Amino acid sequence: MRNNLLIYRLDWLAILVYLVLIFAGWLNIYAAEYNPEIDASMFSLSTSAGRQLMWIGTSLVLIGVIMLVDFKAYSIVAYPVYGTLILMLIAVLLFGREVAGSRSWFEIGSFKLQPSEFTKFAAALGLAKYLSSTNKKTESLNSQVVGSLIFILPMLLIIAQGDLGSAMVFGSLIIVMFREGMHPVIFFIGLGAVVLFMSTLIVNQTILLISLVAIGLVLVGLFSRKPGKLIIAISGTIVAIAFVLSVDFILNDVLKPHQQKRVYSLIDPNADPLGIGWNVMQSKIAIGSGGFSGKGYLEGTQTKFDFVPEQTTDFIFCTIGEEQGWIGSLLLIILFTTLFLRLIFLAERQKSIFARVYGYCVVCVLFFHFAVNIAMTIGLFPVIGIPLPFFSYGGSSLWGFTVLLFIFLKLDAHRMQVLQRA
Amino acid sequence: MSRSIIIQCIIVLVALVFSIRLFSIQVVNDEYKQAAQNNIIQKIVEYPYRGLIYDRDDKLLVVNTPVFDLMLVPKEFNLKDSTRLMSLLNLDHADFEAKYNKAKRYSSILATKFIEQIPNKEFARFQDALVSIDGVSVLPRTVREYPRKALPSALGYVGEINGRQLRRDTTGYYRSGDYVGITGIEKTYEEYLRGKRGIKYKLVDVQGVVKGAFNGGKYDTVSIPGQNVQLTIDLELQEYAEKLMEGKVGSLVAIQPSTGEVLAFVSAPSYDPNLLAGRDLGINFQKISRDSLNPLFNRPIQAMYPPGSMFKTVQSLIAMQEGVLLPKEKVRCEGNLIGDHAPPGVYDVERAIQFSSNNYFFKVFKRVIQKGKDESPYLDSRLGLTSWNEYISRFGLGRKLGIDLVGEKSGYVPDNSFYDRVYGKNRWKFSNIYSLSIGQGELLVTPLQMANLGALLANKGYYYTPHIIKKIGENYDVSFDKVETGIDTAYFQSVIDGMELMVKTTAFRARIPDIDICGKTSTVENPHGEDHSGFMAFAPRKNPEIAVAVYVENAGWGARAAASTGSLVIEKYLRGYSKRTWIENYVLKGDFADPKPQPKPKPAIVVPPVEIEVNAE
Repeated sequence: MRNNLLIYRLDWLAILVYLVLIFAGWLNIYAAEYNPEIDASMFSLSTSAGRQLMWIGTSLVLIGVIMLVDFKAYSIVAYPVYGTLILMLIAVLLFGREVAGSRSWFEIGSFKLQPSEFTKFAAALGLAKYLSSTNKKTESLNSQVVGSLIFILPMLLIIAQGDLGSAMVFGSLIIVMFREGMHPVIFFIGLGAVVLFMSTLIVNQTILLISLVAIGLVLVGLFSRKPGKLIIAISGTIVAIAFVLSVDFILNDVLKPHQQKRVYSLIDPNADPLGIGWNVMQSKIAIGSGGFSGKGYLEGTQTKFDFVPEQTTDFIFCTIGEEQGWIGSLLLIILFTTLFLRLIFLAERQKSIFARVYGYCVVCVLFFHFAVNIAMTIGLFPVIGIPLPFFSYGGSSLWGFTVLLFIFLKLDAHRMQVLQRA
Repeated sequence: MSRSIIIQCIIVLVALVFSIRLFSIQVVNDEYKQAAQNNIIQKIVEYPYRGLIYDRDDKLLVVNTPVFDLMLVPKEFNLKDSTRLMSLLNLDHADFEAKYNKAKRYSSILATKFIEQIPNKEFARFQDALVSIDGVSVLPRTVREYPRKALPSALGYVGEINGRQLRRDTTGYYRSGDYVGITGIEKTYEEYLRGKRGIKYKLVDVQGVVKGAFNGGKYDTVSIPGQNVQLTIDLELQEYAEKLMEGKVGSLVAIQPSTGEVLAFVSAPSYDPNLLAGRDLGINFQKISRDSLNPLFNRPIQAMYPPGSMFKTVQSLIAMQEGVLLPKEKVRCEGNLIGDHAPPGVYDVERAIQFSSNNYFFKVFKRVIQKGKDESPYLDSRLGLTSWNEYISRFGLGRKLGIDLVGEKSGYVPDNSFYDRVYGKNRWKFSNIYSLSIGQGELLVTPLQMANLGALLANKGYYYTPHIIKKIGENYDVSFDKVETGIDTAYFQSVIDGMELMVKTTAFRARIPDIDICGKTSTVENPHGEDHSGFMAFAPRKNPEIAVAVYVENAGWGARAAASTGSLVIEKYLRGYSKRTWIENYVLKGDFADPKPQPKPKPAIVVPPVEIEVNAE
């Protein structure tokens, strides 16, 4: 082979987007905390930006390690890694440290570690391994149930930790199942459930129930000649109504108070101006004040003066919105979209099912983070504390996303070395 | 492949939704930009120092004293410190909780007024201890202090502006939380005293911590201190007069005749003006206003009494000017027309004033009212009263003099329409209104008007609008109108002679060694209790320097309480001290009645009955 060197076989477009994102993230973390009175350097470890630079550096080391490991190893270690992370999730439940209502951190000295960040790529490995194993037909109900269990198990464990946001990430893997042959009906039922759930929060319950009954009646009218579809329409309507009613129950009895607040704050951010809704208000104010072209780098006031909470982590997008305006925000969205579409393109050209499934897992996890994170900062989704990939400050998340992405890029680089399975 | 495209479509769709949503909140909607400004720009008001108030000799009457507002940021405050804070501030638990919750309701992250206006002394006691308590800070401000405690009724007081005043403010200057002069000098000269508020626009972070000036301070304004004000009051005389009036109910006003400057202004009972400054203003105001003697009632300009015999000076002058009486004209009085203390005999103006002959002035007033210009005595009286009213007004009676204080009353001078109402149109004549001749009846005057009468007599025919302000700021000297009565100067001679003789003979307590004092006493009929004691005087006779009017309520004869007090004030002003310690002691002792049970003081305002039993000195 002419271009036998790994360096020629890597997908440099994806890597370029990755590098731009982490670099832009680092600049924005600095901007978010920038204080003209304290002339702290971007490189000082006393600032978030300085520490992020350290995480970026170590991420690059991790990339090197990933590239050095034989690509076949990832398939081989998939189950052990998955098993280890599941054990760690159990362990953190027992010995972890509780922070803000969630028991999701290990604390070793001053070093804090959040296993759920790494569970994302472990679940991706596990799912890819399972769906790629021989004699598995992804169309069969059996393999769909088992496959789903692979990501539902960590999801439940993380819900038990009290970190609903991170748990929801695993739900995105249903898109992978859809790609790999899950019946569209199941997929759209799942999608419908999400839409219904959001509607329950936003729309008045009575109005929602009346419109559901109305839709049901229209369907009954349409299918009155076809007994089979009639039954589906009637039962579908009943299930939908039951679902809406149970959401209330879940909100009031299953969710913890801080999670309830976050969900309710979506409905009316002004109701609780200094509580969680305040965050959404301030976040929208910061982004909205950026205007078309933004206030300029380091000129933002809302993030700099701490009006936006967690401005380096979950609300880092506010800094872009405020300082770079609509143009900057659009550019960021285009960057992420480019990355996702590129990764789908890469996944589709894989010869091995393992690599393809894994690639889709990467896209789903990243896309879910991107979509939910930005949606919550602009008030389209409840505030659930999940970071913007590659952008938000934080070692665990940056490492997690980097490992997730680069294992796929490593697999992609070796796609020609895989024997295609019939 | 088709499923892959569906997934790609979902991704592109989400990206599109985000772009549109962002366009709407960033480009289309302006609301967020406004909200962002409100977030970061804090208007910091710099309260100006209020102007100081001096007396005519540059002695300080009113100063500013620092007080401290204790601010609390509930979020930063550690509840473990609450016991310590409670003991420092002398708060009980319920009080603390109420204040804490109130602050928390306002904002948990902004500094909120926790305790207002802690006096300097109290603050010094726990200043050091506060440093170790998180979330607590201090905002200095100034309130009024009155080191000499004098002159409360003229100075007035300063308080936080209330909602009604804010709505009525047409200048648009005031904001909630501003201090404003509520009565007295503080109100009249508010505009000069208050200065100008400065505003600084600061960039603040979420904690309200200042991060620098907005736009480099382009829109900032500097506060301008209020102008100092000098009063015409002679503080030493004022304090002396206040001491003399202590324990009594009444008023004392002293005026410099040549200028109209008010030298002393006493409303008794008085109160400590410091009570109406600072944080206890509300409570103290309640307490003072509940006092049955009503110290907040500004007696010199608000209490209205019949003038009594002092008014005889006015009656003589009008009659002479009208040409119905000659200065030396002898009038025989039998003492049978009206009750009288003066013996029957032959009187002229001088003697009538000296002995305060009621019958003489009955006759004189009858000449003024019934000149025989009309056959009907009713219409004749009507004409007479009309022209009499015109004269009275020129003496500054029945109308406000225009002193620079709030709440001046005009007194009351009955006119044709009044008697028409009482008796029916044209159904009254001199015999119905004769009480006016000796200053009784429906006639009401304020002590200020009587002091002004003294000044007018001293000037022989004119007065300057009485005023308390002398100078505003450094350069602005205040001038007030000169008012002519139109009475010929020559007619004053006999009146003043009478007044001088009166002091020399009957009103012996008003006599001052080596000083020629001209005065007239009044024993004012009071249907509600003991008579009021009144005295009006000026001195020295040549080049008068001071005119005084004194009312002491329920103190009986004018020649006792009021004449003694008035003459002491005159002596003090002219000589610097009083030679007559026995009179001083007599006044300070305050027992003016003949040996009989001390009358109980009554609330100030006196409304005389329409029908009156006449009884004057």
